[in-house]
Amino acid sequence: MTLATTASASGAPPHSALGHVWQLLESLTDPEIPVVTLRELGILRDVRSVVAQDGIEQLEVVITPTYSGCPAMGQIEDDVRNLLNEHGLHGRVVTQLAPAWTTDWMTSEAKDKLRAYGIAPPHSGADQDCLTQGNTSIVQFAARSATNPGRHEQLAVPCPQCNSDNTTETSHFGSTACKALYRCLDCMEPFDYFKPY
Amino acid sequence: MSGAQPAMSSNANNSLQSSASQVEHCLPIDYLLHLADNALVLGQRNAEWSGHGPILEEDIAMSNNSLDLIGQARLLYQEAAAQLGNGATEDTLAFFRDVPDFKNYTLLELPHHPPLVGTSASDRDFATTLVRNFLYSALMVLVWDKLQHAPHAQLAAIAAKSLKEVRYHLRHSRDWLLRMGDGTAESHGRAQAAVNHLMPYTQEFWTNTEYESEASKVTGLNMVGLQNDWNQIVDQALLEATLKRPAAGGFIPTGKHSIHSEHLGFMLAGMQSLPRAHPNATW
Repeated sequence: MTLATTASASGAPPHSALGHVWQLLESLTDPEIPVVTLRELGILRDVRSVVAQDGIEQLEVVITPTYSGCPAMGQIEDDVRNLLNEHGLHGRVVTQLAPAWTTDWMTSEAKDKLRAYGIAPPHSGADQDCLTQGNTSIVQFAARSATNPGRHEQLAVPCPQCNSDNTTETSHFGSTACKALYRCLDCMEPFDYFKPY
Repeated sequence: MSGAQPAMSSNANNSLQSSASQVEHCLPIDYLLHLADNALVLGQRNAEWSGHGPILEEDIAMSNNSLDLIGQARLLYQEAAAQLGNGATEDTLAFFRDVPDFKNYTLLELPHHPPLVGTSASDRDFATTLVRNFLYSALMVLVWDKLQHAPHAQLAAIAAKSLKEVRYHLRHSRDWLLRMGDGTAESHGRAQAAVNHLMPYTQEFWTNTEYESEASKVTGLNMVGLQNDWNQIVDQALLEATLKRPAAGGFIPTGKHSIHSEHLGFMLAGMQSLPRAHPNATW
């Protein structure tokens, strides 16, 4: 969806009413990872007031999908809309794709909460982790670990249970679109890794 | 309240503004449908592994892959529907068009079988699945990489997201190509058979259609211009996998001209039966 008006609150001094909406929205968490808020994940992008052509000011809450097919997006949109309604606020929920969501937007507090919840948080610099063309950054099948680093030794994923770097990837794809499956070779616990995106 | 959204970098804000002020160019609807049909048809095919994967991790992997592709298809169909108007929605485009309307590459509609192996589900061949995913993902990392800079805000936005996803698909399928090709005699044989079977279908990538020519005037993407990069990705992986690339030549498929193999009709029949039996049903 192209935005005709981007009266973005960021940068400009916050309107106190918009600040209030931000505070209300802080109660909304990800449906599949209920320990982190939509803001902390970078899904909640903006709260703004847009003046329509008829001159009436309208509240807009801007959200962005994580993965294209993330099945939680419908729920997230409903959650935002219901929250606005509960507080007697009239507004629209706008889904915006660009710029594309990245795990680099995740706040450090969100990463701490993920770790405490048992999910290894994503490495930053998402694009560097991804392969592009037939160059050397394309990884081998051998799972990465501290003891078998291969070409991606910098990407050891510490176990969220015991903090050991001695972990291995069991599957590129995990229980949700945004995660991979890992296993700790010290405490032997399997765990999810939030993939860099 | 900028303090409440530390995740937004100033960088992100800049590109937000630039995309909003971009000049909007019109894309041929058929081009959007071509991209969307590719994603939907392969997404539907790969979903056939859900609950039937050879191991649990791969069952999940194929379901994830499918979810990404169907997500991409939805975004593209939504954009096409917005351009079409007249009551079109992502659902009418996915579920109420027939074989002569679909514009996907023939490669993507083929069953997960080597040629002439029958149609029972138990014959599904994982090598065919993974080799196809590899050949397609290797193309799409190049396509989305170019399209993310297209002067069409929504297509560029979809491309930027899809690129992140298809990189994971390429990594996954490439790893399996190596594992199977450089594996046992059985896995090597199956991988080589799948390469021999599927490679000729990739010739369709480099043929032209009117809507692609039209689209390239907007996007600047010329498919033939990607051929060298694609060859490099494919040849390097085949080399590492100890597999041989068959000689080029033979029949050039015409799926993107909406002339399909016999397989697409059966796939659509399964995929479309519910919405056709219960139009406008909602969950």
